[in-house]
Amino acid sequence: MEETVSSRNIRQGDDRLAPKTDENKKAGINDTERWASLIMGGAMVLRGLQSRSLQGVIMAIAGGGLAYHGTTSDQSLPDKLSEAAGLDQDIRVEKTVTINKPVEMLYSYWRNLENLPRFMSHLESIQTLDETRSHWKAKAPMNMSVEWDAEIVEDRPNQLIAWTAVADADVPNAGFVRFKPAPGDRGTEVKVVIEYSPPGGALTAAVAKLFGEEPEQQVGDALSKFKQLMEAGEIATVEGQSKGH
Amino acid sequence: MKAVCWHGKEDVRVDTVPDPTILNPRDAIIKVTSTAICGSDLHLYDGYIPTMQSGDILGHEFMGEVVELGKDVKNLKQGDRVVIPFTISCGGCFFCNRDLWSLCDNSNPNAWMAEKFYGHSPAGLYGYSHLLGGYAGGQAEYVRVPFADVGPIKVPEHLTDEQVLFLTDIFPTGYMAAENCDIQPDDTVAVWGCGPVGQFAIRSAQMMGAAQVLAIDRIPERLEMARKSGATVINYEEVDPGEALKEMTGGRGPDACIDAVGMEAHGTDVMGVIDTVKQATKLETGRPYALRQAIAACRKGGTVSVPGVYGGFIDHMPMGAVVNKALTLKSGQTHVQRYLKPLLDKISEGEIDPSFVITHRMSLDQAPEGYKTFRDKKDNCIKVVLQP
Repeated sequence: MEETVSSRNIRQGDDRLAPKTDENKKAGINDTERWASLIMGGAMVLRGLQSRSLQGVIMAIAGGGLAYHGTTSDQSLPDKLSEAAGLDQDIRVEKTVTINKPVEMLYSYWRNLENLPRFMSHLESIQTLDETRSHWKAKAPMNMSVEWDAEIVEDRPNQLIAWTAVADADVPNAGFVRFKPAPGDRGTEVKVVIEYSPPGGALTAAVAKLFGEEPEQQVGDALSKFKQLMEAGEIATVEGQSKGH
Repeated sequence: MKAVCWHGKEDVRVDTVPDPTILNPRDAIIKVTSTAICGSDLHLYDGYIPTMQSGDILGHEFMGEVVELGKDVKNLKQGDRVVIPFTISCGGCFFCNRDLWSLCDNSNPNAWMAEKFYGHSPAGLYGYSHLLGGYAGGQAEYVRVPFADVGPIKVPEHLTDEQVLFLTDIFPTGYMAAENCDIQPDDTVAVWGCGPVGQFAIRSAQMMGAAQVLAIDRIPERLEMARKSGATVINYEEVDPGEALKEMTGGRGPDACIDAVGMEAHGTDVMGVIDTVKQATKLETGRPYALRQAIAACRKGGTVSVPGVYGGFIDHMPMGAVVNKALTLKSGQTHVQRYLKPLLDKISEGEIDPSFVITHRMSLDQAPEGYKTFRDKKDNCIKVVLQP
């Protein structure tokens, strides 16, 4: 796998994933252009964002006017407990891979979100609800299920798909995938940036297991499998092969 | 089925394991008719390659008959007799498209592990650790071959298994080592290590028109085989190879040097002892004795080609000599698929009969004995072929 950029940031977060309404208002036109060029450009996105929430920035480039009901900054007792226990860290991952296929093919495969569980092994299913909304179901240990609805907030054909979980999601999360022609005939650079905020309470352990142990590896693995599917038509595996005792 | 399984350092056994099955649409199952123990398998046997697991099936030099095909393999049919390249390659990525098959992006399911070691992952290999994919190898009665629509090459009936088996690895590996030297008509090429890869490097350098090939080893029967191939031999236990090489090249040094030894080289001086101790205590993962010698001996502006296997880190790499003598360093796991057809043609036309390296023929059941004999270089052993 040819990776050009990889980074992981962990921030102390309270409600940063949920953009406050004043954050959206503040996101003026210059700001929006700046974020848009950051996301569409060649630099490391997470470094450029610094302490800004990815979700807020995605909302900003989507026009900022989209109705979005963020959670309030009032914390419930379990949230305070998980914060005290250091369990409220937002996790952000950025990974890029070059895939030897045209932009159009990669974009259209990804845009059909129901394809994602084929290469994102932590997902059980994604069900498309309408043009922009979808229902995501993740595999979790101990028969726990983690489900949420997500909304595509920005869709630029053959360039960018950005999504966020809706307001009341158990696992607030947001992300985007960006497709950019690689130099020469090297195919397409596919960048994925994901941010999520593990919840407090009973779900914490399950979600930590799901997302938290090696988030960078998990995203890398998903991109690697996406590449294999597109370039080789199948995902390389040794699961189920013979072995001695 | 029976399969040769790794269970730890110096512990290989013939186990009964389930037969392999088709796991992906581009897979094939091959009934193995001949398989060989490679010098690089001895690094596994000696416990120098990390991420091996007890029960892993060994072997990356094998050929046989197609018995089952995944639904996407259209170019083969049951009963085809095929040789399998040891590099597993998808045929669709940037690297495969540029004939750099051992760098395939898509065949290592454990790419993340290799990325941590090397920055990027090379292709998956058969029976060569989980770092390189964890694929079951072919020292077995049957083997699963991924991407069977691009890897295997059909071989004509008039050639025996022993004539074509080494297309899997050692013949192309020796050939690529020589090709990396960009040999010109008046060139002298020195080859460290007269094991099977060294033997094919010697033959290949001659095919490419080298004026003189010098071969360095300490094992009499290996030196004798090199001599029969037309090389001038140097026993490094009898003479200092650095001095000998200078004298034999008018003081210039060989135009190209090939390190066909790799990570378990034997040194006779104090650096050799230090390397052995460091490797045993895991302070370095290779003993680069031959490589250091090759760099020191090489003519200014010459090429050092490294087909020998190194897995990790080495100490006292003479980078000053590389820079100040303006040497070119070339290496890589072999892009086997690139060489299959041209080298099969050479065998077919009688230009070379690769079976000359075989010294031992055994049944698969005798594999543990084969590993030990080969590792200890007992009984004049140079190459072991196993018949399942």
